[in-house]
Order: sequence, then structure tokens, then C-alpha cells
Amino acid sequence: MSRSVKKGPFIAKSLYKKVLEMNKSGEKEMIKTYSRCSTIFPEMVGYTISVYNGKTWIPVYITENLVGHKLGEFSPTRLFRGHSGSDRKAAKR
Amino acid sequence: MARIAGVDLPNKHVDIALTQIFGIGRSSAEVICANAGIDASRRINDLSPEEINVLRKIIENDYKVEGRLRTEVSLNIKRLMDIGSYRGLRHRKGLPVRGQRTRTNARTRKGKRKTVAGKRRAK
Repeated sequence: MSRSVKKGPFIAKSLYKKVLEMNKSGEKEMIKTYSRCSTIFPEMVGYTISVYNGKTWIPVYITENLVGHKLGEFSPTRLFRGHSGSDRKAAKR
Repeated sequence: MARIAGVDLPNKHVDIALTQIFGIGRSSAEVICANAGIDASRRINDLSPEEINVLRKIIENDYKVEGRLRTEVSLNIKRLMDIGSYRGLRHRKGLPVRGQRTRTNARTRKGKRKTVAGKRRAK
């Protein structure tokens, strides 16, 4: 079920604060965040946000297309290297 | 035979026949019939050309149907793939998109089973 509209989109407050501060000061720094469940806001467009995937931070450059998605969607948590012996097929990806 | 949105409608009850059009299911078919003032239990061949035209008008104006709907859907999928989101990756790999299990089942997305040699379970 999708989230109630009444609540508005979710974003971690600390992350949102950082974004707003960067907007005000105009400087562009990479923000590291664990908050994969935060929605991407229009205010974030143009920044690079490093999203933790359980192991490392994956830098995600925010463009307009990404608005409305969640940060975690762009930081895959699993690494599939292919099955043994299926080299021919794995080479495609 | 009546032709709406590039689809030949079979001679069935109007609400059923309309579902032959991609993008129109039972509920929107019933709404269309009601808006056109046509009894849904009549058959397509019993309708006059004017009544067919009324249906055609409603569908053309209010519904996204057939080719245009198909392109919209594939554009949505393409967008997911282009922005590199998780859902896009799943579409690219032809695996289920909405978090279903893939250890077993998921055959609709994965297609026919590909048997792997030497994967017999030890006794």
C-alpha cells in the first residue's frame, strides 16, 4: 500500500537540514547518508549524495528524473557476479 | 463488424466486447456503456452505426488505448531503466520487479526453466 498523502513524502530530517543548508550557502559537498528510505526532493537536484548500501557509499548524482524516488533505489545492496560456468551469459551484463 | 480504435469487436455483449480493446477492462467498459446510454447486455451487431460512433467518440476522447497506451507503458519502463533505479535493473535482467522471491517460481518473468548441468542434489 502506498503512503498516506496526508503525511507527505518521507525524508530523514537530518538529511533534509543538510540539503537546505547547502542550498543556502551555495556550496556543493557530497553528503554521506544511511537514509536509503528518504524520498528525493526537488531541492536536492544537482547534488551528489552518497547512499550507504550496507558496505560502501554509492555516490548518486541527483537529476530531475530521480525526484520522487527513494535514495535506496539507486544504491543496490546485492552484487550478482553470475553463476559458475555460465560465463557466456554473464558476459552480457 | 464494428471497429473501434483499430480493433474488431466480436459479437458479444457490449461491455464484454469492449474489453477486447487494450486498456479497457470490465469496469471502464461498463462506465462507457452508461455514458453512451447503451444497455450493456445488447450485442455489438445489434447496435446502429450511430451508437457505435458514440462509443468510438467516448473512447477516443477519454481513454488512452491500444498503441498509445502501450508506448506509454514502455516509456515508463524505459525511464526506470535509464535512471538506473533498482526497478529498472530488474526490468533489464528480466526478473520480478516488486520484490518477489526468485529462488523458486518467478517463471512468468524468467521464462522457461534453463536446466543447469551437474546441479543434482547430493543424496
